[in-house]
Amino acid sequence: MISSLQDRGKSEISLTVNGERKTLLAFPMERLLDVLRQQLGLTGAKEGCGEGECGSCSVVMDGTLVNSCLVPVLQAEGATIVTIEGLAAGAQLHPLQQAFLECGGAQCGICTPGMILAALYLLNHQPRPSLEEIRERLSGNLCRCTGYLQIFEAVAKAADRRTATSS
Amino acid sequence: MNHERIVGTAVPRKEGHGKVTGKARYVDDMLLPDMLYGATVRSQIPRGRIRKITFDPGIPWSEFVIVSAKDIPGKNCIALIGDDQPCLASQFVNHPEEPILLLAHPDRHALQKAVDAVSIEYDLLPAIFTIEESQRCSEVVWGADNIFKTYRIEKGDIDGVWSKADYIVEGEYSTGAQEQLYIENNGMIAAYDARQGITVWGSLQCPYYVHKALMALCNLPAEKVRVVQMETGGAFGGKEDYPSMIAGHAALLAIKSGRPVKIIYDRSEDMAATTKRHPSRTRHRTAVSRDGKILGGEIDFTIDGGAYATLSSVVLSRGAIHAGGPYYWPNVRIRAKAVATNAPPHGAFRGFGAPQSIFAMERHMDRIAQVVGLSPVEVRRRNFLKPGQTTTTLQTVREPIELAKLLDRALSLSEYHSKKKRFSIENQSGSGKKGVGIAAFLHGAGFTGSGERYLSSVVGVEGCADGRVRVLVSSTEFGQGTKTVLCQIAAEALGLRYEDVTIAQADTTEVPNSGPTVASRTVMVVGKLVESAARGIQQTLTLAGMLGDSYSADEFRAACQSHVAAHGELRSWAQYEPPPDIFWDDQAYRGEAYAAYSWAVYVAEVSVDLSTYSVSVNDFVALQEVGRVLHPVLAVGQIAGGVAQGIGFALYEKVIWQQGRMQNSQMTNYIMPTSSDLPPIRVFFEELGNVHGAFGAKGIGELPMDGPAPAILNAVEDALGLPFDSIPLMPEDILEAITARSAASESDVASEVR
Repeated sequence: MISSLQDRGKSEISLTVNGERKTLLAFPMERLLDVLRQQLGLTGAKEGCGEGECGSCSVVMDGTLVNSCLVPVLQAEGATIVTIEGLAAGAQLHPLQQAFLECGGAQCGICTPGMILAALYLLNHQPRPSLEEIRERLSGNLCRCTGYLQIFEAVAKAADRRTATSS
Repeated sequence: MNHERIVGTAVPRKEGHGKVTGKARYVDDMLLPDMLYGATVRSQIPRGRIRKITFDPGIPWSEFVIVSAKDIPGKNCIALIGDDQPCLASQFVNHPEEPILLLAHPDRHALQKAVDAVSIEYDLLPAIFTIEESQRCSEVVWGADNIFKTYRIEKGDIDGVWSKADYIVEGEYSTGAQEQLYIENNGMIAAYDARQGITVWGSLQCPYYVHKALMALCNLPAEKVRVVQMETGGAFGGKEDYPSMIAGHAALLAIKSGRPVKIIYDRSEDMAATTKRHPSRTRHRTAVSRDGKILGGEIDFTIDGGAYATLSSVVLSRGAIHAGGPYYWPNVRIRAKAVATNAPPHGAFRGFGAPQSIFAMERHMDRIAQVVGLSPVEVRRRNFLKPGQTTTTLQTVREPIELAKLLDRALSLSEYHSKKKRFSIENQSGSGKKGVGIAAFLHGAGFTGSGERYLSSVVGVEGCADGRVRVLVSSTEFGQGTKTVLCQIAAEALGLRYEDVTIAQADTTEVPNSGPTVASRTVMVVGKLVESAARGIQQTLTLAGMLGDSYSADEFRAACQSHVAAHGELRSWAQYEPPPDIFWDDQAYRGEAYAAYSWAVYVAEVSVDLSTYSVSVNDFVALQEVGRVLHPVLAVGQIAGGVAQGIGFALYEKVIWQQGRMQNSQMTNYIMPTSSDLPPIRVFFEELGNVHGAFGAKGIGELPMDGPAPAILNAVEDALGLPFDSIPLMPEDILEAITARSAASESDVASEVR
């Protein structure tokens, strides 16, 4: 499979992204963020700082929230990854996406994909978080627009709706 | 009586679906075939003459496109107000981030190594870095005297006031640089072909600023320059002028290479090289009567503009006009000055000079209160501007604003008095000291003085073939909700459903120049024009006999469809006309500085931890009168977001400078508030309405930046009994002040014992 000079040094990586199995060639130390954005065309994950401070590149990898700018793609071999593009079911928004839309949780939108995935990770582990838990658990994702309040509201609203539908 | 259906309701954001699904397209999400990546070689010294440029032979330079000042087809400047800032330095550099060369390569990973492999030798020249050094003129680094601009605002007889004063209160206040820290870094893509000219796509606030700059730089006529705004991930003023620089760089590389070129800054380059809030120093000298009334005062307001003039003159103007706060000054002299240093040029940041001068005014009001022996509440109450009185520029307050009532409501919402009482008891023990502080302020909406008259903005509304209506403006969306609110206004004006109105992408080949998206002008000024252009469509349809006096949304749609089918394009335009009662004298700096002001009283509650010396804001009440609130969710979002940035300005965000260069250009060491740092920000509105804005709206975006810093520092003084007059206020400043106080009281004790 490794044919051209340009691909010398690359490894074959297999991973599952948003339910689809992908096999690709990448340098082992390439950032997962770049592979998602450039090779797979999943540009929902954003680069804000490139050093794991802002959380705009957050994705869920094997059930854990990671900064994809800090993950060498080799580490994602065999992993299951969820990006923002994997949340909506067709035209039907995920409850978190719907709540962010209604509550004003997205302003400029650049932190939104990462923020929604951080919220998803939180709700998967704590379906009914307190305000204090939301504040703490989203503190790895920076937002410069909202002052976070409407993001907290959105997460609480999505949690309410999810527990209402599952009960 | 409100009978509007759409204005005042929380309709969904026009572009919200794209933002929550990750489909919204920002400039870095865009790729063009054969695209190269561009990078910038910058000066490494604050000031000097370029002697020699050497390219390390270890790099295969033939693979790179290299652009220097010699490759510029037009004028080597970033055209803005003046033309003093070069696009690429050719002989001299005046700050440590000044661009000198541009490189492009198909592999973006090859660029950093190449940038590092360019060595530049300089003849060093002495440089200056502070307002004080600049004013001393020991080195002249700009013009004849380091001064970009001065203003003088005079009212009454200030020289005659000092002898009548019971108290003369003096103070000096300073604010630091602040990085806008939008989460999307700056970026641009440029493409060129000889027939069509240059096209740029980018993250930006002001398409026509970029358009003007590219015409001059590339020596191209207007029709051969196209500027397209991509989804923009935050701006806050930080994408007002610098995008013209980056667009210019991408364009030069595209012209030379014949291929599209993308330049995306990384975080460190964005923080270090692009604009930040102007550092400032304000001196107050105020004559006050025995009963706490301001008799008059002198205010000296000085800002550090960095190495080139860019926007400093207008930042200075807004800062100077806001320097007197929401108070009545019978006599005043405001001297304002923007000076040059060898730092990268400072620029627009939410508030645009007002947060700096209002910080000083609101700290100074607390100082006056102490000197006179009144409470901070009472001294403000006695000096508030009232309808019929005049501002420092002799503008008569015509709005029916009652600041005393606004203050009372803010005090009650924040439980100010009961907290004050409780903290005075609780603070006698324990290692946490609590305090409450207030700030009262105003913010003018729209361009200052004659600004709107000069801009003469144009807005279009189009009736489309499918019967829907499309808004045509160059006003940009970067989080505030521009697209949403302008569509609400058009829908309301025409009696349509919100879904029946769309808005064009800000592309200079598609939209007229509705002015820059700055100065809290979009909803008030541009919104009013959208309302009027929309009514033009209705009139056309009515005159054509296709629409009755009253109609349903479906009837409008059908009429619009038929009109387009019969007559082709259906467009209506509206151009800004100054209201007849607005007059501004540019020479005397006097008159109606702004068509309308928004007013606010903020209350901060803080606690200071005496083991870490850190300040936490525990509660924050933001009460404001902003005219009619057109979208309740977006309006709260603007205020809460602005307050969060204001808290950062006060307590967290410190730019560390060395020789004009930012040393902490990373999110790791330049700290903005996270979700766990912020208090509940409680947002409240009064809605008096406003005759100048669409459906009674006034400006809202910048206002919340003005109040938090002084309210917080006033609260810190309340907690500790120590005055701090400089921001950002860091734990080490508090430690130092407390240590100095303990040392002083120990030596007092020692001298008493002796």
